[in-house]
Amino acid sequence: MMANRRLAWGLLLPALLWTLTFFAAPLVIMGMYSLWQRVGMKLVQTWTTHNYQQFASKSFLLESLVNSLEVTATVTVISILLAYPLAYILAERVPARWQRLALVMAILPFWTSYVVRSYSWLLVLSEGGILSNFLMDIGLIAEPMSFANNRGATVVGFVHFFVMLLTLTIYASLVQLPPSYRKAAADLGAGPIRSFIHVVLPLTLPGVMVGAFLTFVLCIGDYITPQILGGNQELLLPQTIMMQISRRSDFPMASALAMILMAVVSLAYLACARWLKLDRL
Amino acid sequence: MSIAQTSSSFCCARMALRSAGALSLLILSAPGLATEELNALVWCDHTDPALIEPFEQEHDVRVNLKEYEGTGNALAIVEQSQPGDWDVFVIDGVDVPRVAEAGLLAELPADALPLDDIFEPVQMRDVTFRDGKMYAIMEKFGYNVVAYNKAKVDPADMRDLGVLWTDKYKDQIAVYDYYIPLMDLVALKLGMKPSDISAETLPQIRDALFELKDNASMVGEVVSSTTALATGEADILLGGGEWAVAVLQAENPDLDWVLPDQGGLLWSQSLAVFETSTKKDLAIEFVKYIMSPEGQARLATSSCFWGVPANRKAGDLLTDAQKRALRWDEQTELLANSHRYFIPDAELDGQMLDVWSEFLQH
Repeated sequence: MMANRRLAWGLLLPALLWTLTFFAAPLVIMGMYSLWQRVGMKLVQTWTTHNYQQFASKSFLLESLVNSLEVTATVTVISILLAYPLAYILAERVPARWQRLALVMAILPFWTSYVVRSYSWLLVLSEGGILSNFLMDIGLIAEPMSFANNRGATVVGFVHFFVMLLTLTIYASLVQLPPSYRKAAADLGAGPIRSFIHVVLPLTLPGVMVGAFLTFVLCIGDYITPQILGGNQELLLPQTIMMQISRRSDFPMASALAMILMAVVSLAYLACARWLKLDRL
Repeated sequence: MSIAQTSSSFCCARMALRSAGALSLLILSAPGLATEELNALVWCDHTDPALIEPFEQEHDVRVNLKEYEGTGNALAIVEQSQPGDWDVFVIDGVDVPRVAEAGLLAELPADALPLDDIFEPVQMRDVTFRDGKMYAIMEKFGYNVVAYNKAKVDPADMRDLGVLWTDKYKDQIAVYDYYIPLMDLVALKLGMKPSDISAETLPQIRDALFELKDNASMVGEVVSSTTALATGEADILLGGGEWAVAVLQAENPDLDWVLPDQGGLLWSQSLAVFETSTKKDLAIEFVKYIMSPEGQARLATSSCFWGVPANRKAGDLLTDAQKRALRWDEQTELLANSHRYFIPDAELDGQMLDVWSEFLQH
C-alpha cells in the first residue's frame, strides 16, 4: 500500500513540479506585482489595490475588457457555426479512406506562422486587396474598398484560426459516437433531423464545449491578430496590457490587468465545468 | 554503378566539398569567433549589416543587437537583465533626461565626440547634458509631419493640418501611434505650441484627437502605418515624414512628405552607454564609429528607415539622390520651422497616455 502511494507520488512529481514552476509560481509573482505600484521610474513595493481601482475608474480600461468579451463571444459563436457542419461532413459524408487527407487539408493553415497568417489576411482585406478586387470584378462595388483595420477584420482573422481548432474537437466527438445510436433512433421512428437534434448534438456537445472553451481562452488572450488586423480602431484587453509595458514600463498595472484576464478565463472554465460537466470527457 | 550514377555522386561530392569549404569560410569569417562581444539595445536601423559589419571587422568584435520599439519596452528589458548585460543604448532623444536621471547612463567623453559637427538645433545639450556631464549624443533626426501619396491627394492641401479634420480626406488618413509627437501636432493645429500642453489644455487636445479619429482609417506603429501608406490602405500618414517614405520612394515615387504651415515636429534618436557596462571603452568606440561621417551616412540610409544624419559632415558621403530624399539642402529651413518634442513631467505624461488610450478606444 505504502509502496503504491510512493510510486503514485513519484509519477505525479514531475507534473507537479512543472505546474508549480511554470504556472503557480509565476501566477503568485504576477499577483504580487499587481498589488505594487509604479511611480515615475520606480517600483513601489507596498501593498495597494491602486491598479485595480484604476481599472474600475478608467473607462478605456473597462471598455477594453468589454471589447475583448464581445469579440471573443462573436468569434466563438461564428466558429462553432462554421466548424460543426465541416466536422459533420468530414465524419459522416467523406469516405473513411479520404477522411485523414481531408482532416490534414482542414488543418493545413495551422502549419503557417500566426503572424504571417494575420498579415496575409491584411493583404486580402485591404483596399485593392483580393476581396475588394473580387467584389469589383463581379460588380458589387464600384471603387476599391477596405475591409481591414476594424473589428470585422479581427473577427475574420480569429475565425479562420479557430474554425480549424473547433473542427478537430467536434470531429473527435462525432467519430466516437457509435452508429448504433442513430440506428436505434431511426428504429424508434426518428427522422434524420430529429435524430441529429435529440441524439447526435447532445452527445457531441462536450466536444463542442471543449473547443469553444479553448477558443475562448486563446482568443481573449491574443494580442497579435487585433494588433495587425484591427488597425487600433479599438483596444482589446491584451493590447491594453501590452501598452502598460511598452509605453509606461508599468509592470504592476500590466499584472493587474493580466490577473483580471485570468479571472475571466477561470470564470469561463467554471461555467463550462459546472453546466456542461467537462469532467465526463 | 553506372556512369550517370558515378558522375552524379562525384558531382554531389564536389558540391559537398564546396559547401563544406564555404561553410568553413563562413565560420571563420563569422563574428562569432570575434574576441569580444558588445551588447546593444537598438532601433531597427542599427541592425543593418552594412552599418555594423565595418565596426565588427575593425575592432574584431561581435555586436549583439537587440531590437526594440518604445522606450518602455527597452526599460523592461533592462529591468529583467543583470547589471552589465547591456553596453550600448539607442534611445529616443525625448527620453534621455529621465533615463539619465535614473542613473542608467554613463558619462560620455564630450571632447572625444564630434559635438560641434552636429546640426546646432539637434545638439540639444539641455537634453543630453546633466550637471555638466554628457550622457547621450544625438545621432539621427527627422520630422513627424505629414506623409502622403501625391497621386491620391492634393499636395497643396497637405500644407494645412486643418484639412485632416475636414471631410475631404475622411477614411484616407493613417495616424502614427506615438502619443507625444501626435499630441504635439494636434497642439500646432490648435494654434498652440507643443510646450503649451498641460493638464488645462489637455481636454482641447483630447477633443481634437477624437475628431481626428473619426476621419482616420487606422492608427498604427511604424510598420503598420508605413505599410498602410505603401499598400494604399491610407493615402496620408499624420506623423509621417522622411522616415516613413524615403525607403519606399524608389518603388513609389508618388510618396512624399511636407512640413505643414503650422510647423513640424523634430524627432531625434540618441546614442548612449550603459552605466553598468563592463566594456565602456569599446562601447565608446562604437559611439565614435556611429558618429563618424562614415557611420552616420550608413545609419542615415539604413535598410530599415532613413533619417537625417546628425553629423553634418556625413553630407559629403551621401549621393545626390540620397540627399534629395532626405531634403539635405532644406535642413536649415526645416529645422527653423520645427518644434522639439514636448517633454512632460511624469504626472502629465501619465495623463497624456490616458488621453491617448481614450483616443485609441474612441
